[in-house]
Amino acid sequence: MQIHHSKHHQAYVNGLNVAEEKFEQAFKEQDVPGQIALQSALKFNGGGHVNHSLFWTNLAPTKEGGGEPPKGALLSAIQKEFGSLDDFISKFNTTTAAVQGSGWGWLGYNKSSKRVEIVTLPNQDPLTTHVPLLGIDVWEHAYYLQYKNVRPDYLKAIWNVVNWKTVAERLAKAQSSSE
Amino acid sequence: MSFSRGFVFSRGFYLSPGVSSFAKGFNPSSSTVRPLPFKKMASPNNYISRSKYTLPDLPYDYGALEPFISAEIMQIHHSKHHQAYVNGLNVAEEKFEQAFKEQDVPGQIALQSALKFNGGGHVNHSLFWTNLAPTKEGGGEPPKGALLSAIQKEFGSLDDFISKFNTTTAAVQGSGWGWLGYNKSSKRVEIVTLPNQDPLTTHVPLLGIDVWEHAYYLQYKNVRPDYLKAIWNVVNWKTVAERLAKAQSSSE
Repeated sequence: MQIHHSKHHQAYVNGLNVAEEKFEQAFKEQDVPGQIALQSALKFNGGGHVNHSLFWTNLAPTKEGGGEPPKGALLSAIQKEFGSLDDFISKFNTTTAAVQGSGWGWLGYNKSSKRVEIVTLPNQDPLTTHVPLLGIDVWEHAYYLQYKNVRPDYLKAIWNVVNWKTVAERLAKAQSSSE
Repeated sequence: MSFSRGFVFSRGFYLSPGVSSFAKGFNPSSSTVRPLPFKKMASPNNYISRSKYTLPDLPYDYGALEPFISAEIMQIHHSKHHQAYVNGLNVAEEKFEQAFKEQDVPGQIALQSALKFNGGGHVNHSLFWTNLAPTKEGGGEPPKGALLSAIQKEFGSLDDFISKFNTTTAAVQGSGWGWLGYNKSSKRVEIVTLPNQDPLTTHVPLLGIDVWEHAYYLQYKNVRPDYLKAIWNVVNWKTVAERLAKAQSSSE
């Protein structure tokens, strides 16, 4: 957690600030190739910052509700889509463990279909097709010191500290939003 | 050292140009294994049966690259990560063989991702182990002769090459590899980075450095540049020189 937060996420913040400063310059100068050249750094660092910011609040200590199962509208949405919470977790873990290389697994809200869906994305690509509800980082830095190569063990363990309250809040907001 | 061989299809197909050129250009450190020639066969079902891919032995002990790469990393990297690619490749190829026999083209295409990921992982790591050597076996000894000239011609000096290679490779977003490759058309050595386990196909691979986090994290944590500084102490330039010589003499 210490390295993930104070080193990795910090690096994305720093990189984003640098990239945005350069982008601002290119924008002011109407340098379109320059702006396009910066897109990769903006997506990588911007995505990294967005994703990790969502991630920290997706987790909570057990004594603050981490791991407490979802209820109400969120649970219904999950059951409607996946059958049961366990079936959802099983499918999520299988899908996310299979990410090739670095990336994230997401539970997202699809506004058009009004369904909750599992999405995986590579590297730090942010989730844009859905409203992000729950993201799990499967870059090796998220688990390697503890779980080594065994990504599935990390994915089994992490549900003990998933903060479903935040997930529920995000879903409620997404469902009520008229955007 | 055990070694996997290429996969032959009937009708003269092979899996991809990348795989066939890999099979021809690939030499584990000391032994040379000749790949099966690719033959045209009359009937679609008359294919050469193949043996499974296997994990190549590491040419040195897990602890032999210390203090530059820890024994713990080497053991997990070789016996877990590389082994997983070998296993995944065997599964994918078995499925592919089935889809091929059934002339199931969508099925074949659906398997391409698993083949590229696991096949690339196997190819890349096999090249990697022989790109490294313990210091007492020449690891870290600077290149000379034709290889040094090629590097100097392209980058000015060995130090300039290493500096550029490290900067470029450290900047890989996510998982990937940095390569020194030989460009056969331009006859130049060039730095190439690739994502995930995508194999180097545009150049003859001379030297590859893994920058997936599993390659360094237990020892160097998030500081990829420190790993990249350290690894040159165990780079086996002799293998690089052999690969370059072979690439330059090859008429392909």
